Amino acid sequence: MSGANGSSLRGSVAVVGVGLTAFGDLPGRSARENLAEAAFRALADAGIDKNEVDGLFTSNFPDTFPCLHAAEYLGLQPRVMDDSNIGGSVYVSQLQHAAAAINAGVCQVALIAMGSNTRSKLKQSGVIDAPREHFAYSDEYKPKAPMNAYALAAARHMHEYGTTREHLAEVAVAARAWAALNPRAMRRSPLTIDDVLASKMVCDPLSALDCCLIADAGAAVVLVSAERAKQLAQKPVYLLGVGVAMTHAGIAQMPDLTTTAAAQSSKIAYAMAGLSPADVDVVEVYDAFTINTILFLEDLGFCKKGEGGEFVSKGNIAPGGSLPVNTNGGGLSCVHPGMYGLMLIAECVEQLRGTTGERQIKNANVALCNGNGGHLSSEVTAIFGTEDTL
Amino acid sequence: MIPSSIETFPELGPDKVFADYLGKGEFKLQLCADCERHIFYPRIVCPHCGSQNLAWVEASGRGVVYSTSVPRGMPEGEYNISLIDLAEGPRMMSRVVGIEAEKVVIGMAVMAFIGEIDGVRVVLFKPAEGVQ
Repeated sequence: MSGANGSSLRGSVAVVGVGLTAFGDLPGRSARENLAEAAFRALADAGIDKNEVDGLFTSNFPDTFPCLHAAEYLGLQPRVMDDSNIGGSVYVSQLQHAAAAINAGVCQVALIAMGSNTRSKLKQSGVIDAPREHFAYSDEYKPKAPMNAYALAAARHMHEYGTTREHLAEVAVAARAWAALNPRAMRRSPLTIDDVLASKMVCDPLSALDCCLIADAGAAVVLVSAERAKQLAQKPVYLLGVGVAMTHAGIAQMPDLTTTAAAQSSKIAYAMAGLSPADVDVVEVYDAFTINTILFLEDLGFCKKGEGGEFVSKGNIAPGGSLPVNTNGGGLSCVHPGMYGLMLIAECVEQLRGTTGERQIKNANVALCNGNGGHLSSEVTAIFGTEDTL
Repeated sequence: MIPSSIETFPELGPDKVFADYLGKGEFKLQLCADCERHIFYPRIVCPHCGSQNLAWVEASGRGVVYSTSVPRGMPEGEYNISLIDLAEGPRMMSRVVGIEAEKVVIGMAVMAFIGEIDGVRVVLFKPAEGVQ
């Protein structure tokens, strides 16, 4: 492993296309239709013919062969196919795979795409898209998956560091304030700390408003080499660093419930990018539950371990605060299609393009996202930059 | 450790052995003879050092609640989901019973016993008053 720091990937590829469907209720649509719309929007945005796509990266919970279905549906003949699954962080990890593949010359145009109709499926059939595997030595006890894992982490964080339900609620309130500035977000009405505290308990200490949305949505991005990116229509957003790490599959095996693998993944990503937390202008983290934002801001180095609750308070991560976090409204108030990671990438890219309207962070040159997968199991940090950062 | 003794993999896997012990009312852990660490859940190789030299030992049953939560709205009513740090070192998921679900707290000393959930034998815990 020594020497395998991936630093040759820094700035070698760029996101040149982004495609998103509408978010929320798309009751007349299948998951593949949502993927296909997002993919074609991303290719149109990039100005690249779909037949140029030779690297396809996707993933989802319900399918066993997501790449085969997506390639067949889109009429692609990819030479690189990756539908690995490490949870909702997987699309962020596919930035690493795509960058390596493009650098190695085994593909030239990488499409990372996802589509979900999990909200409509739940409403129509009562079935929610979820991972299929059995967690041996845990499932017998009937934990409420997946929130039980996050609830256990929240309870431990509260015990060790005095984090409170009010701190958790601050995360939800900040996300909602950002969502109010995003026309695409699902939940935009005002939200207060008291609203969160008063909402129905789901899994102590997490209430319903500490939990993410369930949404229909599709998202896609297109990556090419930095050389190719310069010839295309959109302002390139370069991948400066990416780090992948895991600590466990099931929550009972997580070594320390208050420190996630984001401490490792971010270290790798910062080293590759040659940057530190102080260089980051905008942060997007996988907020499936409010505790996530607190854990990740600590593990990504934006505050000290144990101080996340205070850090997110008094609007510090909301519009006008010291650190813009989850500027799209996050999984809590914008969109959460079962696996959220690609939405993090899309928001980073749009912020660095400067195209996010009311919620735009002025002069944003460096954006960081942290994808989370499973039960706080896998963490993937990616750092993007504008041309000025190369 | 570089694997060297591939002939020693047991025909009867440790999942089955553990379940058979549980069926007889015994809660067993594995102990690695090479790195001397206890292992749970049962493995065919030591997750710490890679050794295949693992022995079954009786668990003390002593543990401390590492974290705890009550899932709400479940069909069978309220119960407690806890992570228990065993005295031997490993951590496991379980339920602490014999106490109201939400009265289980982090740091509480607990003692294992073998019980059932839906007819399946499992290791459960109860508060261990006075047990350190």
